Amino acid sequence: MPKLADYISVVTQPVIDDLRLLADKLRGKVIRNINSTAVGGGVTEILNRMVPFLQELGIDAHWDVIKGGERFFAVTKKIHNALHGATERITDDDLEVFIRTSKDNMAEMDLSGDIIFVHDPQPIALIEKKESNKWVWRCHVDVSEPQRNIWDFLMQYIPRYNAAVFSAPSFSRPLPVRQFLISPSIDPLSDKNRDLPDDMVRTVFDKYGVPLDKPVITQISRFDRLKDPVGVIDVYKRVKKYNDCRLVLAGGTASDDPEGLQVLEEVREAAGKDRDIHILLMPQNDLDVNALQRGSTVILQKSLREGFGLTISEALWKAKPVVASHVGGIPLQIKNKYSGLLCRSVDGAAFAVKQLLNNPGYARKLGENGREHIRNNFLLTRHLKDYLLLFLSLFHSEDVVYL
Amino acid sequence: MDPLQQAKEPFRFHTRLNLTELTGLRASVLPQLLKLIKKVPGACIYHHTHRFLEQHQYLSPEPPNDFAYWVSEVIGEAALAEQLASIDTVQFSTIRSLRDRIALTIEDYLAKNPLASLRFAGSGEEFHFVKSVSFIVPTGYIASTLEEFADILEKITIDSIYFHVFEARLRLEHPTNDFSYWIENALGCGELADKLAQLDPYAYTMEELRKRIISIVRSGYAKTC
Repeated sequence: MPKLADYISVVTQPVIDDLRLLADKLRGKVIRNINSTAVGGGVTEILNRMVPFLQELGIDAHWDVIKGGERFFAVTKKIHNALHGATERITDDDLEVFIRTSKDNMAEMDLSGDIIFVHDPQPIALIEKKESNKWVWRCHVDVSEPQRNIWDFLMQYIPRYNAAVFSAPSFSRPLPVRQFLISPSIDPLSDKNRDLPDDMVRTVFDKYGVPLDKPVITQISRFDRLKDPVGVIDVYKRVKKYNDCRLVLAGGTASDDPEGLQVLEEVREAAGKDRDIHILLMPQNDLDVNALQRGSTVILQKSLREGFGLTISEALWKAKPVVASHVGGIPLQIKNKYSGLLCRSVDGAAFAVKQLLNNPGYARKLGENGREHIRNNFLLTRHLKDYLLLFLSLFHSEDVVYL
Repeated sequence: MDPLQQAKEPFRFHTRLNLTELTGLRASVLPQLLKLIKKVPGACIYHHTHRFLEQHQYLSPEPPNDFAYWVSEVIGEAALAEQLASIDTVQFSTIRSLRDRIALTIEDYLAKNPLASLRFAGSGEEFHFVKSVSFIVPTGYIASTLEEFADILEKITIDSIYFHVFEARLRLEHPTNDFSYWIENALGCGELADKLAQLDPYAYTMEELRKRIISIVRSGYAKTC
């Protein structure tokens, strides 16, 4: 587990000094994070890093997990999907299970502390036990077009919090409480993002049978219709008419997802017998993903819908030129023509990829700008700084705060 | 001036760290953008005219403000975007006057180009108004002489320079940037202070701005005040 000092070489000493200055203002405060699982998922990944860093900074940070049976988590899964805009039938019985389990947790959990930081909808009802301390609801979900009745159900809890936090401006809605924008981040020292020697990159391409004899266009994402893998093949085919290249579509295994297997079949069918299209069904392997990104000429992310899309930050951190759809949190990571190219269609994406392949100097500049953009805005240290500021904001209501 | 001359008052460097607050307000068409520009808090106007500079501090100088970027990239009104990008921010001493100028620019444009009112942003491409909440924290860096001042400028964060040059002047409505104010009042060197005050900070990337300020300060060593 890295220490904050390990990040000095990436973000410079004064950035770490600022974190210590802020943390000093929170000394003695007890901060309790609550979520629904200790293993797996993006929230857990964030808390696994954030809580030890807060402790290293001298803050009394804790992390607790709610308990719930199979039925409870089936209901919260439905709530999650409904918030993403899917049509879910959530019955009164389902809500009763949700409320009863929340009450059981209220009875059992220690909810003391200066700040209670509740992550996602599963533990949201714990707010009923709020006393004079400060409570924040951190919504990691895209709630830009939620199923109405479920949003209304959550709205009986949200206004009782002191603040809410969203990952992108488009996820926010008018609320009677203060709401803040805190984007997720990548860890530059993790296996997925750390520097790799060139020979290791070549070895990984060899392992997957992808020769590095011509430019490689890559999209890394699971085989999901919302990631539009068939659209990616269409982009490649349009580019291939003018620029000889390879396409890598790499994603996780989809054995537990019947729709994923179906999408994979569609992708294979679209690829036909083209030997320059490489469909890589990969197990979770951060180092391999890192190497595939580093060895690629252009990274594509042609999603139809996206939560935040951290694969963009991962690619830009490696100074790769990126072509990506103008959806979800992607425009926060790419300013069109400054740090990458945004697109809205297959033709637009194909045109952008050709521009990058034909103008390596331009592609290099976009990649370099992208890396600096990520260094300044999307690394773990910025995320930590935002959390410290969020905690401080609970004790100050002004727009300019002198500490 | 003597770089070792003691100042009447030392200069305490502060840093400024921003948290972004969402307003839930969004615009899809130019008339809506205009209406909201007129009514949102000053901290919103500040955010959208300075965020680009701060988030893209590595880019070539004079990057556009958020309004110009949205009008160009989403609405597709290149002429209005150019007018908004070329508003000379350094000439405005208050957020109020900057806001009025932005609003007037859009108003005039819509009066001359009524069809521009009909252009709209697609779903997910609306302009979202957000604001900066600034936390100002004193750092441990204190300068008592011009030489110490220049040495500290080499190592403080960009956020600190940003606070003393941009935020203090425009958002906090100080008469000039903090560096010029101190050099004039604590070291009594009006000429050097004026030289710094005349700098257009919006025409530099943040690191170039740091270098330029240091170079001006050091050029003052050899001169009499």
